[in-house]
Amino acid sequence: MPPDQDTAPHTADAIDLDVRGLSRRVADRLLVDNVTVGIRRGEVLAVTGPSGAGKSSFLRLLNRLDEPTGGTVFFKQSDYRGIDPRLLRRRIGMVLQTAYLFPGTVAANLQFGPGQLGKTLPADRIADLLRRVDLPGYQERDVSTLSGGEAQRVSLARTLANEPEVLLLDEPTSALDEETTRSIEELVLGINRDSGVTCVLVTHNRAQAERMAPRTLYMERGRLVALGATGEILDAH
Amino acid sequence: MLTELLDNQVTTGLLQAGAAILLCLGVAALCRHYGVRVGRETSFSLVRGLLQMVLVGVVLGLLLTGGLLVGALILLGMMFAAGWTAARRLPQIEGSLLISFLAIGIGAGTVILFMIAIRALDTQIAVLVPVGSMIIANSMNACAQAMERFKSDVIAHVGPIEAALSLGAAPEATVAPYVQSAVYASLLPRLDMLKSLGLVWIPGVMAGMMVSGASPLYAGVYQFIIVAMILAASGLSGAAAIVLLRRRAFTPAQQLLLRPTPQGDAEHGSRPAG
Repeated sequence: MPPDQDTAPHTADAIDLDVRGLSRRVADRLLVDNVTVGIRRGEVLAVTGPSGAGKSSFLRLLNRLDEPTGGTVFFKQSDYRGIDPRLLRRRIGMVLQTAYLFPGTVAANLQFGPGQLGKTLPADRIADLLRRVDLPGYQERDVSTLSGGEAQRVSLARTLANEPEVLLLDEPTSALDEETTRSIEELVLGINRDSGVTCVLVTHNRAQAERMAPRTLYMERGRLVALGATGEILDAH
Repeated sequence: MLTELLDNQVTTGLLQAGAAILLCLGVAALCRHYGVRVGRETSFSLVRGLLQMVLVGVVLGLLLTGGLLVGALILLGMMFAAGWTAARRLPQIEGSLLISFLAIGIGAGTVILFMIAIRALDTQIAVLVPVGSMIIANSMNACAQAMERFKSDVIAHVGPIEAALSLGAAPEATVAPYVQSAVYASLLPRLDMLKSLGLVWIPGVMAGMMVSGASPLYAGVYQFIIVAMILAASGLSGAAAIVLLRRRAFTPAQQLLLRPTPQGDAEHGSRPAG
């Protein structure tokens, strides 16, 4: 194992995502190169690094949106290749950089995930989710009328409707203004604090990493270059 | 037998074909005047088209007395050629030749068998092959149009598709809107053809039947049957192509394969680094 990998001792049940030698090669390009890290239950881990470092590629491997060409991930001590991808993606939710809301109402978007299992989200649960993302009463709003910040909040609520145990956030505020960015950050931290959901946040915003994540994984050219306390990692890079 | 084929009628036909080629070349020259350079492609296509039709004429002339089996083999060969032509439009998709061939076979094959069953199609080669080829050609176009539309729609909507996959949706559910639009897009030209039948154009089969002395009323009804069967074959082929292609758009682990490349074309299994 390379010296820059996560070699710290962990108790197995304290780790939500045990990433072991994860790689992804496309054609002749290595997007993610042998990353090993234990993502702790209930933590907020920032993944940062320069453009093209492989941050988003790494994140997409965590919920198997892309297939690793090497290594694997143990989710709650089970190799994730043995878990039905649909179930895995419900348990490891992902919020993308763009909200990509489906045409229709906010409530219909929140119903989407449970609807895939043939379930209907009760009205009080929808109201609760919208309160959590500071959009009370937005149930019947058409998504085409939402601002960028509101759309991203709905996207977050839509992911939370699946009751994920891990939340992957791929630069969710990169297209938003500073004020909206701060409010989304507060929201994610509140969800992490209240529900104990493990969060992995890809960001190129160093200040955001410092505000949100006690621990940071720094990547360059697909490789894990450093892992540790956010302040120390960002000072060193 | 070949000498019988090269009669005065053929000589006259070749002279007329020469005149038609000259007119087309004149149009190409006119296009060049407006900066549209299609002269080379037009010349090549004209020569190729004429040679292909002469060859078909010779083969049909030689096989005119063949039975149903010979006719079925000719149609099978045409289906393979149609599948190859349709698949060439989608070189990025693995297995597109097999998809196209199966889709055309399902659409055109079913309809040809149906027409034979209801006695709307004679099993004599002189009838079976020309009518069958019309159905196969339209199935080919529908198949290619459906696959192209599906591919471009999926590539244009990678974000929403992956958002849905991330929420635990089944791959079929994430591309359902694009399946519908692709099948509809492949049917639209055939629906327009049916609507304009007799009003805007009198198709070749009807014209041919009337020239050879058939009742205009029966020729018209028969032409309607042909166009209706073309619509059915196109719908079946378009739908079959998309159902088969949809499976190829995802990996067994339900990951989207059809994605844009940095050059803006489709690729299999890669994405830009983030």
